[in-house]
Amino acid sequence: MSPVVATAAEVAIALLAAALLLCLYRLLRGPSPQDRILALDTLYIDTLALLVVAGVRFAEPAFFDAALVIALLGFLGTVALAKFRLRGDILD
Amino acid sequence: MTEPAATALDWAIAALLVTGAAFALVGSLGLAKLGDFYRRLHGPTKATTLGVGAILCASSLFFSALQHAPSLHELLVALFLFVTAPVSAQLLVKSSLADDADAPRPPDTPDTADAADAADDDRTGDAGTGRPATRRPRDRA
Repeated sequence: MSPVVATAAEVAIALLAAALLLCLYRLLRGPSPQDRILALDTLYIDTLALLVVAGVRFAEPAFFDAALVIALLGFLGTVALAKFRLRGDILD
Repeated sequence: MTEPAATALDWAIAALLVTGAAFALVGSLGLAKLGDFYRRLHGPTKATTLGVGAILCASSLFFSALQHAPSLHELLVALFLFVTAPVSAQLLVKSSLADDADAPRPPDTPDTADAADAADDDRTGDAGTGRPATRRPRDRA
């Protein structure tokens, strides 16, 4: 792989790491439960992006399957938590 | 060991990776910095989704070039994210609005949307009462 792509991937990983820290700050700080759910959802999506970039950096397609699983489970988790806040019950 | 020269495709992948990560960072910055929940929701739902979309495009281009065959799994994830991000945001807003409606508030408290106006009114309102001259507290019943 060309050094341009490798360097760009490393820069992107650093930026995403900073994004993850900001999400962690909001997750710990709150104040409302919805803020924490939103922070967790953003954490999922940023982690997905981080895994995809790592897959590019190491030229390894297997990272991508992990990203797919995170996309599916992250959405289900967010919906379940939001519904729980809405009704005190997850299933209708 | 000789590195291959960077092609236009490499530059495109690199640009997509960096801009995508920058947008994801901006989205998280909005999540961390903005004032209340409804404002914070804008960062992750828009900027972060765009950023992840750009990163997935970069990955698709990269693996297509690497394997000399189109790599379309990325489009699957991008499609999934673009469909689910508004759904989860809408559910979160619904749950937050329900909590706001349930929250007990003192009768004198102006609504959040009117807070800035009410602050202005306070300065010109009846001296001593601390209450806006014209605006009555909204009846929440």
